Amino acid sequence: MDGTQAIILTIITASTPLLLAAIGELVVERSGVLNLGVEGMMVMGAVCGFATAYTTGSPTLGIFAGIMAGIGMAFIFAFMTQTLVSNQVATGLALTLLGLGLSGLIGESFVGLPGVKLVPVSIPLLSDIPFIGRILFGQDILVYASIALVIATTYVLFKTRVGLIIRAVGDNHHSAHSLGYNVIMVRYACILFGGACAGLSGAYLSLAYTPQWIENMTAGRGWIALALVVFATWLPKRLAIGAYLFGTVWIMGLYVQAQGLGIPSQFLSSLPYLVTIIALVIISGNKTLTRVNTPACIGQSFVPDR
Amino acid sequence: MKKWLGFAAAVAMSFAITSASAADKLKVGFIYVGPIGDHGWSYQHEQGRLAIDAALGDQVETSYIEKVDEGPDAERAIERLARQGANLIFTTSFGFMEPTLKVAKRFPDVKFEHATGYKRADNVSTYSSRFYEGRYIIGQIAARMSKSGVAGYIGSFPIPEVVRGINSFMLGAQSVNPDFKLKIVWVNSWFDPGKEADAAKVLIGQGADIITQHTDSTAPLQIAGENGVYGFGQASDMIAFAPNSQLTAIVDDWSSYYVNRTKAALDGTWESTDTWGGINDKMVGMAPFTNMPDDVKAEAGKTTAKIISGRFHPFQGPIFKQDGTEAAKEGEIISDGELLGMNWYVKGIDDQLPQ
Repeated sequence: MDGTQAIILTIITASTPLLLAAIGELVVERSGVLNLGVEGMMVMGAVCGFATAYTTGSPTLGIFAGIMAGIGMAFIFAFMTQTLVSNQVATGLALTLLGLGLSGLIGESFVGLPGVKLVPVSIPLLSDIPFIGRILFGQDILVYASIALVIATTYVLFKTRVGLIIRAVGDNHHSAHSLGYNVIMVRYACILFGGACAGLSGAYLSLAYTPQWIENMTAGRGWIALALVVFATWLPKRLAIGAYLFGTVWIMGLYVQAQGLGIPSQFLSSLPYLVTIIALVIISGNKTLTRVNTPACIGQSFVPDR
Repeated sequence: MKKWLGFAAAVAMSFAITSASAADKLKVGFIYVGPIGDHGWSYQHEQGRLAIDAALGDQVETSYIEKVDEGPDAERAIERLARQGANLIFTTSFGFMEPTLKVAKRFPDVKFEHATGYKRADNVSTYSSRFYEGRYIIGQIAARMSKSGVAGYIGSFPIPEVVRGINSFMLGAQSVNPDFKLKIVWVNSWFDPGKEADAAKVLIGQGADIITQHTDSTAPLQIAGENGVYGFGQASDMIAFAPNSQLTAIVDDWSSYYVNRTKAALDGTWESTDTWGGINDKMVGMAPFTNMPDDVKAEAGKTTAKIISGRFHPFQGPIFKQDGTEAAKEGEIISDGELLGMNWYVKGIDDQLPQ
């Protein structure tokens, strides 16, 4: 395999889980909810995805189980914060802790077992095109799903009535409520969507990225996804740029190290964070636009008057 | 944030440790840095604990706390075990050194054992394994099996333990192919399967056809398997993850040490010691040599036998440092003290050691 091609393929694999988890959280935050439990939902997606794929031998069922696990975790969060009106920050953190602990418990008997790898699709002829063939037409289905999700989310959020409602709920839940929208239900739906994406992202880790289950295998990717959403100023397009930029700098850091140029590895490890933040701050330099895009009600609980 | 979460997780986990029932049994406690499910470092220590249960289960009671962060949180975890009446406590990561000593001072009647450290007290022993012996053997195998003459090495942190491993690997490889090349990537983590996998992919993309790692997950070997290059297991036999790629694995085996030390505590002969055991002491094991021709297998077996018999030492001179200065003369062996603080690369590694 050609070196450059290998690097591009690696960048795509490294960026995809971030993008998947972040796009879900973006929708959640657009509806005015801050769910800090991404890491917990993701790790549950990873373990359930792995366990199901291993038991049944089907990665497809694994993906499905990962999504369901994410939704299940998100439902706990939604019930706590929307129905019982608990504090979103505290509940989100608790969800992460719950996910990390519970996934360890569920996954105990799956440690050390080789997983079922999600085989990349291979479109005949097209994937045989030199260089770009593998990159564009030889990825696994979840890579395409992540791109499709970005496009679909952009479309739904900004071009449809549903998107308008979601944004209205996130910007001013009282007004949305007065207009007759069910704020709680909209938020429930968005939270569950976020959970599905996080679960999918986790399943990507345990089925495609490194097909195995190891406790804590998300290793903080949920937090990176959360940060990306904020720095992308809640715009899906920028989120995709941010995720891929992060992945690129991350992989290039490893690449440069292997060249033996003597650049401190600690510096290279911190570079993706630095570059992504700077780049996203620069492209979102317009303060007015940033303010417009920020969901005004983020993190605030809504209790309808009765 | 991550630290805080780690602490909270440690607290949560500590409630889960098995509680004592019989008062007359010797209580043995373990502190693990990772999850026991890492299938690497902490997993092997857990196997050691289970070996104590199996051998001395009627006389001892064991318990553990996993996922304990290195640093101040460790002190609380160790103290918790001591307060719960543990008589013998194994703290199994380098970063637990200071916390172990601090708690040991407060509990003079409790015996402590700290893995991979170098500070001892009357009630604190240290123990470690000469993993570098295994690294020399795999270096030799790597040079025989590599077509490109380039191996990729995934390191965690540039501490002496890891640097020593890299040097030993390189010396082994050079004994077969003096022009062997090593590409080194530091991932700045003991455990991040995704990043370890990325590093392996990048190294393979740059021409390495042998992947070896000094990190704790099975990911690099798995990537090696997917890409049809060779790799080595780390800490435990990982053949299941790459049946056609694992050449062998350096296996940590703490069982005999743990059982012996527990026996010593039981019969009152325990005293503060410093143990650094190798293949000969059965603290380092080699997984079966697989996926290689018989002559390579035979050579690896011979090297292993020479190390066991003491006729050969991986750091036996002549050894030159990267800058060309002599580290050991012909026939001279680098001292344990020097090995424990190793902060230089041997000649032939074209990389700069991060300081």
